[in-house]
Amino acid sequence: MNAPLPRACAAMLRRDLMLAWRRRGDLAMPVLYAVIVVVLFPFALGPDLALLQRIAGGVVLVTVLLAMLLALDAMFASDIEDGSLEQLVLAPQPLALMLGMKILAHWITTALPLIVIAPLLAGMLHLPAAAMPALLLALLLATPLLSLLGAVLVALTAGTRRSGMLLALMLLPLCVPVVIFAAGAVTAAQEGLPWFAPVAWLTAALILAVVLAPLACAAALRIALDS
Amino acid sequence: MAKWIPLWLHKLGSPPTFYRFAGAVRPWAMGLALLFGVIGLYGGLVLAPPDYQQGDAYRIIFIHVPSAWMSMFVYAVMGVSGFIALVWRLKLAEVVAMESAPIGAAFAFITLATGSLWGKPMWGTWWTWDARLTSELVLLFLYLGVIGLYHAFEDRRQGARAASFLAIIGVINVPIVHYSVVWWNTLHQGSTVSIFGHSKMPWEMLWPLLAMTLATKCYYAASLCRRARTDILALESGKDWVREIAQAEAAR
Repeated sequence: MNAPLPRACAAMLRRDLMLAWRRRGDLAMPVLYAVIVVVLFPFALGPDLALLQRIAGGVVLVTVLLAMLLALDAMFASDIEDGSLEQLVLAPQPLALMLGMKILAHWITTALPLIVIAPLLAGMLHLPAAAMPALLLALLLATPLLSLLGAVLVALTAGTRRSGMLLALMLLPLCVPVVIFAAGAVTAAQEGLPWFAPVAWLTAALILAVVLAPLACAAALRIALDS
Repeated sequence: MAKWIPLWLHKLGSPPTFYRFAGAVRPWAMGLALLFGVIGLYGGLVLAPPDYQQGDAYRIIFIHVPSAWMSMFVYAVMGVSGFIALVWRLKLAEVVAMESAPIGAAFAFITLATGSLWGKPMWGTWWTWDARLTSELVLLFLYLGVIGLYHAFEDRRQGARAASFLAIIGVINVPIVHYSVVWWNTLHQGSTVSIFGHSKMPWEMLWPLLAMTLATKCYYAASLCRRARTDILALESGKDWVREIAQAEAAR
């Protein structure tokens, strides 16, 4: 049966979102993790207002990145266990598009709650209100980028037994430019400088990744499942 | 197959032929590496005059710069052979890509270590978050990621293909390392040696550096040959030609 593409995409998205909703408890985990990490910083560094203000943007960005890394491992895990990923590979619909929908669902369920909680995290570290729009925009652009890049790497490790630490090692070099530009935007906004340039770079990278990453993800998955 | 590729190159793609070829090349490459290394080190540490500003401390350049070049060169080799491995599924290309990774990681580590030893007296710090230093560190992490991914799979060939894919993604970093001193003007100095055009370095200092570059290239070839031979034997164990070699070894 050859379902038309938009219907297939919608079905894929709905399935993943519903699966995530059925296990709502797991959704709260990355958020809780991010809150705990951010709370630990003032304890470790002391409640010095000026210092916290200076590092607030970077700390929130890195915390969100780590929380996403924590959730990345589970992106394809259950689908590989019950074999539905193999069915997806065999399906007549283009694999890259279906994986793109899975990545979108993963972004909605893990990154979106983190972005919602980000102003609270930044507020806890006394980030000036003027820099808040820059932080939110940077997160809105950086988190899908991380989801897309992470999905390629998760697909590569799909055939291995344990991949948690390995995933971090592989993602680190790739996410360095993302962190640099996102943090650059927040820092520039904090100092009252124009912060359009790093945001434009992030947007360009995101557009490139939206086009290329699902294709790379599909290729990687075919390599990892091919045995 | 295309006609312009000579027949011996096709034959070299078969593991037994490459095994013999690498066995023949290795002693020569190792000998040349030792020869160039001795000449280059003697020229660099004894003959070359001290720098007018840095004194004798600059002499670490004869290790640092060739290793830095090799860390990028080996990554390019790994990326190209990884590409060949994925597109044409050549077993030998997988072997070359995966056996290059530890050698390149070693070169990247040597670059970082000697760089920090050099940085302490010259810049007054072991490490700084300079663009070139950071991208070289990222290069080391890319190597480690490739090695880690390769070993995470139970099936070696599958692991080699997955790691090759990761290597290709990481190729973006090589031009960033190379041009980082041009794009971002930070603490690390720009290049003084250029292939095309005039090098900003006197000949007495330049020739030992070039000799050391040849030495590291030859060492890489020798090391790759040896590693690839071992890997091919493990990969092809159970084939007739490997059994013959094993029996010949046992009879000796």
